[in-house]
Amino acid sequence: MDRLATNPAIKSSDFRRFGLILTYGALITFGILTLIPITWLLVGSFKTNEDFFGHLFLPLGEGLFGVAWDRLTLAHYWKLFSELEFGNYVMNSIFLASVTSALATFVAALGGYALAKFRFKGRWLITALVLAAIIIPGPLLIAPIYDLLYHLDLLNTYTGLILPAMGPAFGIFLFRQAMLNAVPIDMLEAARIDGCGEFRIFFSIVIPIVRPMIGAFLLITFLGTWNNFIGPQVILQDESKFPLSVAIAQLRGIYSTDYGMISAGTIVSIAPVMVIFLLLQKEFITGLTGGAVKG
Amino acid sequence: MKRPFSPYPLWTPFAFLAPFLVVFAVFLVYPLLQSVILSLEQTFGPQHKTFVYFHNFSQLLQDPLFFKALMNTAIFSGASVLVQMPLSLGLALFLNRPDIRGRAFFRLIFFSPSLVGAVFVGVMFGIIFGKRTGLLNIVLNRLIGFNLDFPWLQEYVMVSLILASLWMWTGFNMIYFLAALQNVDKDLEEASKIDGAGPWDRFIHVTLPAIRPVAGFVVLLSIIGSFQLFELPYLLLNNSAGVENKGLTIVMYLYQTGFETGDLGYASAIGWILAIILIGLAIIQRRLSRTEGI
Repeated sequence: MDRLATNPAIKSSDFRRFGLILTYGALITFGILTLIPITWLLVGSFKTNEDFFGHLFLPLGEGLFGVAWDRLTLAHYWKLFSELEFGNYVMNSIFLASVTSALATFVAALGGYALAKFRFKGRWLITALVLAAIIIPGPLLIAPIYDLLYHLDLLNTYTGLILPAMGPAFGIFLFRQAMLNAVPIDMLEAARIDGCGEFRIFFSIVIPIVRPMIGAFLLITFLGTWNNFIGPQVILQDESKFPLSVAIAQLRGIYSTDYGMISAGTIVSIAPVMVIFLLLQKEFITGLTGGAVKG
Repeated sequence: MKRPFSPYPLWTPFAFLAPFLVVFAVFLVYPLLQSVILSLEQTFGPQHKTFVYFHNFSQLLQDPLFFKALMNTAIFSGASVLVQMPLSLGLALFLNRPDIRGRAFFRLIFFSPSLVGAVFVGVMFGIIFGKRTGLLNIVLNRLIGFNLDFPWLQEYVMVSLILASLWMWTGFNMIYFLAALQNVDKDLEEASKIDGAGPWDRFIHVTLPAIRPVAGFVVLLSIIGSFQLFELPYLLLNNSAGVENKGLTIVMYLYQTGFETGDLGYASAIGWILAIILIGLAIIQRRLSRTEGI
């Protein structure tokens, strides 16, 4: 390659331009490959089932740009929300994800603060336990937690689904790391000398400092709950309590050949998350990569 | 810095930790201990339990289905690392060129699939890999006259799974590599340029050693993730393990024995084997990164 560049007939700027075109080509190709599945699904959710088979993307015909716009339909969405009561599942998902993420973030911020800014007996033991808990694979706990919820009479309740998520070991660790250096001890002590209560210090001094981490952790917990399947699938029995993840699995089973309908259901399930992501990309990337990568 | 006096009431940190500790004890420590006991029991639903010592484990070691699940998971895990890592790294290298415009835009697009839950990705690709109506067969058919009835989800489950997870995670891993590349020592790169090293030599001797720790971490994350694979194949194959259990994974088998057969004991034993595998992998990764002096 470099021997080429030393040939006086080929300028190195040409060579660089060629490399740049190649790079853009690769990036754009992969970008298109990434977007095609979702685009196809989105278009498919507006097509009648005949057109779903007959046309790859938009149905071709007489309209603007050679597309038969009049053949597109909202029927799948209509059926989804009227007959199948999908609005109910959307609300369930929103409720579960909001409550879980708000509570888990609050518990994690409180605990992380205690581990980062106080000296007390047992601090290292608790920190070690938290770290050990991060390593434990979730699936190991499914059976014993199901057993425990059965004995606590919490199966088929949201309480049984939300409570186990209130001990977010990873979150405690994240907040501890975030607060270790960012929260100045002098500031806390000055507030104490001024006679501030401990909880007031926490809410008025500590929380504003770690606001970015709060946003990031809220988001990833929301996303994790939204996308969680095995938990609600195992714990909930009443169809009226299902979140979207479980509802879509049911829909796929029952309407396995009604592709337009399944596409519409999937779009409804992923659209809210995508919109939130577009609005808050930075927090998402920081949160999902555990703060390792700034968004 | 030891402080002579404590300016806050002694109970303060415990008050802050209380909510976490209560939930941690009840819903993590207790279930963990319980799962040890459960794995030594044969259960029928949560009520009927008989103590069977290590019967579950000896049973597992002779269980052809469990070995099938183990093999499937291991193959998927290895293949997805081998295919995905070079792709993620390649994309990151492309995006890292200083003269690239629209870096944030590309990053946004590549990253977005990892936000879609595995359940929804499974449903999506279940339609895409379908016979006759699936996007993949139709496109391949128009391009190269490919067989419209090609049975992706019946015969080539592993390939379908790897493709779907490639779509989901390549961009996510790329973010890590990109962050690592942006921390590569610029002076070292300049120096090697002046010494007349070509782009390939520079990549091998400067870039790769610098991103090695991140690469190790990303590989470990990928393997841990692959070993917990469940929703993606389960939904891809329409709430099943597929024809001849071609898509059966460890966690899927755990789910089926625990909640379709109702044997929570056997499920716990599977969970412990999974935990031992994952902790073993994490220890190996730490050892490896330490011997390299990182």
